[in-house]
Formats: sequence, C-alpha cells, structure tokens
Amino acid sequence: MRIIKEETIVQEVKRLCQEANYILPHDVQRALMKAYEDEDGDIAKETLNILKENALLAKSTLSPICQDTGMTCIFVEIGQEVYIEGSLSEAIQEGVRQGYEEGYLRKSVVDDPLFDRINTRDNTPAIIHYEITKGDQLKIIVAPKGFGSENMSQVKMLKPSEGVQGVKDFVLKVVHDAGPNACPPMVIGVGIGGSFDKVTLLAKKAMLREIGTHHFDERYKALEKELLEMINQTGIGPAGYGGKTTALSLAIETYPTHIAGLPVAVSICCHVARHKEVIL
Amino acid sequence: MIKHITTPLTKEKVLYLKAGDQVLLSGIIYTGRDAAHKKMIQMIEEGKTLPFDVDNQIIYYVGPTPPKPNAIFGSGGPTTSGRMDAYAPKLLSLGLRGMIGKGYRQESVKEAIQKYFGVYFGAIGGAGAYIGRCVQECEVIAFDDLGPEAIRKLKVKDFPLTVIVDAYGNDLYEIGRKRYLKEHSYDK
Ligand code: SF4
Repeated sequence: MRIIKEETIVQEVKRLCQEANYILPHDVQRALMKAYEDEDGDIAKETLNILKENALLAKSTLSPICQDTGMTCIFVEIGQEVYIEGSLSEAIQEGVRQGYEEGYLRKSVVDDPLFDRINTRDNTPAIIHYEITKGDQLKIIVAPKGFGSENMSQVKMLKPSEGVQGVKDFVLKVVHDAGPNACPPMVIGVGIGGSFDKVTLLAKKAMLREIGTHHFDERYKALEKELLEMINQTGIGPAGYGGKTTALSLAIETYPTHIAGLPVAVSICCHVARHKEVIL
Repeated sequence: MIKHITTPLTKEKVLYLKAGDQVLLSGIIYTGRDAAHKKMIQMIEEGKTLPFDVDNQIIYYVGPTPPKPNAIFGSGGPTTSGRMDAYAPKLLSLGLRGMIGKGYRQESVKEAIQKYFGVYFGAIGGAGAYIGRCVQECEVIAFDDLGPEAIRKLKVKDFPLTVIVDAYGNDLYEIGRKRYLKEHSYDK
C-alpha cells in the first residue's frame, strides 16, 4: 500500500495544466517542423512557419500556445495499491482551479450547458476519466482540449456490412466537415469498436498517442497510414488555405464490439495537441 | 506580395484585396465573439447606440487569455467565425467593413460581404502567442462582465492575415484547395 497525499496531487495537476498550455509536446513540434520542410506552396509554408514560431515563443515566454486553453480533460490511471489521503477528485479539481488562475489561462467553462451558461470563472469542473490498474503507481495525464476542434469531432454507429470502406468514408467526411474550423494541421484519433460511449473514449486516447507510433496489428497500422495519406490529399492544408499538410498524424485504437455493431468515432484535434503527464 | 493595410478600412481598400492575399494589418480593431455579438444585435433591435461605431471598422473574433502582470495582452488567436454568422450580415449592413476569424462562413455572410463591400480575413488558428505580440494597446470598452468575451479596442501592428472572402465573392477555402488539387492532379 502506497500513500499519496492530496496536496501532492493538487500541485502536480496545477503544474501539468500550465506546462501543457505553454509547451507543445516534442512529437507534435517535430511533426510541425517536418511538415514545414515538406510543404511547397508559399501560403502553406508561411502558415506553418508562424505555427512553428508560435510554439517556440510560447515555450520561451511561458505563455499559452493558443488562447483557447481548453476544457481540461484528465486521464487517471490509479494502481490498486495506492491509497489517497483525502479526495482524489477534489484534489484534481483544485489543481485545475489553481493552475488556470495562477497560470493566466483562459477560463472557458460554463456551468449549465443549455439555459444559464454562466462562466464558472476557474475552468472547473475538469472532465476526469479513471482507470484502475495493477501496482502502486498513479498516472495523471492532463490534456486541455480546445473546442474549435472538439466541435468538429463525430461519432457514428456503422453497420458491420459497411466494413473498412464505411470507416474510410466516415473519417474523410469528418475531416472535410472540419476543414479550416479545426485549425489544421490536425491530429486525429479514431476509435473503432466497443459501444457508443467506449468508442469516443478510444478516439480520445488514440489522439494522445505519440506521433509516429502505430497500432500493434499490421492491418490497422496500414489503415492508419492509408487514411493519413488520403487526408493529406484533400488539399485543405495548413489553416485551410490549401496545401499538403491537412493532418500531422492519425492513430486508431480498437476494442471488441457487439455482433450487430461497428461503432466509429473520430476525435479531431488541432495542431495544438496538448498533453502532459506525470507518474507518481 | 504582402499588402500593408491600415485601419480604418475604407471601401477603396477593401476593393484592393483579393482572396489569397497576405496582409499585414495595422491600426485600431475591435474584439467581439459570441456573447458580445448577441448583446450588440439586441442593442440594435432596441434602438440603442452601439459601444463603438462599426462604420469602416473591423471586428476580430477572439477571446484572449488574461494578460500576465505588466503585459498589454495575453495570447489571442482567432475563434471559429461560423458562430457569428447569424449576426454578421446585420453588422455589415451598418457599415462594418472587415471581420477576422477562422473557418467556414455561410452563404448569407458571403453574400452580405459582396453586397456591402466587406472582407473576411483569416488569422492563423492556434497562433495565439504570436498574434498576441502584435497588440500594442488594449482597452476594454464594453461588457467588462463578460471576461474574455468583453469588447476590447486594440491597436495592432503588422497583424498577419490572409484574405479568405473578398468583396468579389471569392473564397480562399475553395480556391486554395482546388489550386492544390490541380497542381498535384488529384482532381480526377
Ligand atoms: S482549435 Fe485548437 S488551435 Fe484552434 S483555437 Fe481551438 S485550441 Fe486553438
């Protein structure tokens, strides 16, 4: 049994909220660099140049990469042998509150979604997903999500008979619908299988996967590559101004599903694909 | 070629801009997004005077981060313009000349841009820190209670923009894609 104090979690979540918003993950930075080198059109190249410069500037001045510092999505993997002194959920929410306030991050959450829509003024509540794992470690991933791209994500319950072609058509449709609204180049996560709720979570997790890594099953790996190539042939390009780089990456996560179903979810993220994690 | 444009944005200046042009904008612009637009349209309906005269002016769709101590402005890239589509034609009819944002616009907005000689500029989505640097002065002039959504008067210098929809009805989101596909012969 390992004991972790509430205060440790507050401090770590606070730090992760700020770092995630100031410092673009290495893999995303690298992908932007590479895209910049590969682009040939003037406007596309200049756009990627500004995005590159923007990320460097944000990092060196510890400023938010993007003004939409997102709704804070948090993935927690908690070992069965961990004991938290106090409340884990409250500690996480407190970390978000302090992180956003003290880090000069934008507060973008409203309390009632339909009627009142009043800003909570501290960016809480965060959305927290818990997973129980073996062992005595606690892993926290903080992934602030902007809604320009979140609004462009979609889920569809396909018929099993629609198969691979159905998946391809749907992914391409989502990318076309998203276009310039999602601040391309995009980072795309695709979930296949599970149920209505599970598939969207798979897509979210896929979006967090390191760029350049692939699904362990060769068939899905090939599909990831093929879809990315098709997306980059749409011509949408950086900022939607036309060009080669519509997406930096596409990752697929899968799960067993029901005999009657083929759920597919496409989680769209912009190039500001933020996430930072800690293992305690 | 990069075109240097200074506000106020007159009809003559707008007619000189074409979809795909890269622009460095300097001068005064105003910020406004969802809540501010809703309030302004309400004021118009009630016959009240708007917080600023929109004639020959530009509205930038943005909700910036709070500035750090001693800073003028935080990070401030564009937000998705489509959410302002319901309000834009009315403002254009009152003389609003330019809008800065990102993303698709509805036909009704494009038609109003043509009819009233306006222009829709794209700022690069996600370049918040970079764009924030172009702001030299910032003053909240209305709806302070809306926080990031308040109307701010900004003085900008060399704000990098691209013309998306021009007064002649061209849309870079369509042209840019087609041009790319043609050059790479994917348009079979
Ligand atoms: S979609 Fe991403 S890059 Fe664009 S404004 Fe939102 S958070 Fe920023």
